Amino acid sequence: MKVLDLVQDGSFKVLNEGNNLEREIRAPYCCDLLSVAMGRMPADSAWVTVMGNINTLAVATLADAACIILAEGSHLDDPALNKAKQQEITVFETELPIFEAAFIVYQKLHA
Amino acid sequence: MSNTIHMSYEVPANDFTRAGEASSSLKSSLKKMGVNPEIVRKVAIAMYEGEINMVIHATGGKIDVVISPEEIEMVLKDQGPGIADIELAMQAGYSTAPDNIRNLGFGAGMGLPNMKKYSDEFNIESTVGVGTTVTMKVKM
Repeated sequence: MKVLDLVQDGSFKVLNEGNNLEREIRAPYCCDLLSVAMGRMPADSAWVTVMGNINTLAVATLADAACIILAEGSHLDDPALNKAKQQEITVFETELPIFEAAFIVYQKLHA
Repeated sequence: MSNTIHMSYEVPANDFTRAGEASSSLKSSLKKMGVNPEIVRKVAIAMYEGEINMVIHATGGKIDVVISPEEIEMVLKDQGPGIADIELAMQAGYSTAPDNIRNLGFGAGMGLPNMKKYSDEFNIESTVGVGTTVTMKVKM
């Protein structure tokens, strides 16, 4: 499944469309502690988190996440949104709990 | 060796909005040089953790990077408070980060362990009241 498929699918609200829509998503990954995510997140993950600050964007970029899904109704603050636009990172939002959001990604990958 | 590239970055103090800029900049340079993506990822992760540590615990610092055909060497130097017990600081889960840092999602006590995990050679020297120097090498 490509990032584009998730953008078009409508399961999550698209907050920012990045420049990597053709990228393949390998797996969902859930974590809110940035250093744990940094050390453990596989490349090309759809990263589901509630942390919406600017450091989330830095970790996503440096650890090669395919996209970010902000769950539980969390949002990007303004500096983070600007960073997402500037670095062209795809970010979604959803009111769903973390597990359910990740499970949607998992189901689509294994459909 | 003539075919080495030197890069230098200043890490600003107390500025979380800019933390990660040095790592991002190095990452994009390495990508442009055509370095293996897995190696680029290791370097980016190791250096970002160091950068964040300099912002959280020290008053910023300086990072010098030397890229050669064999390896990428990162030397991170700060004039922060130093680390009294390095062995303890290296333990996964041990953290002295304050609450405001934890609210940002840091302070899991994984910074130094991640730096060691993602580098092929890791060395840390620290003197209380003087500062800390971390040297990391990632083989090509």
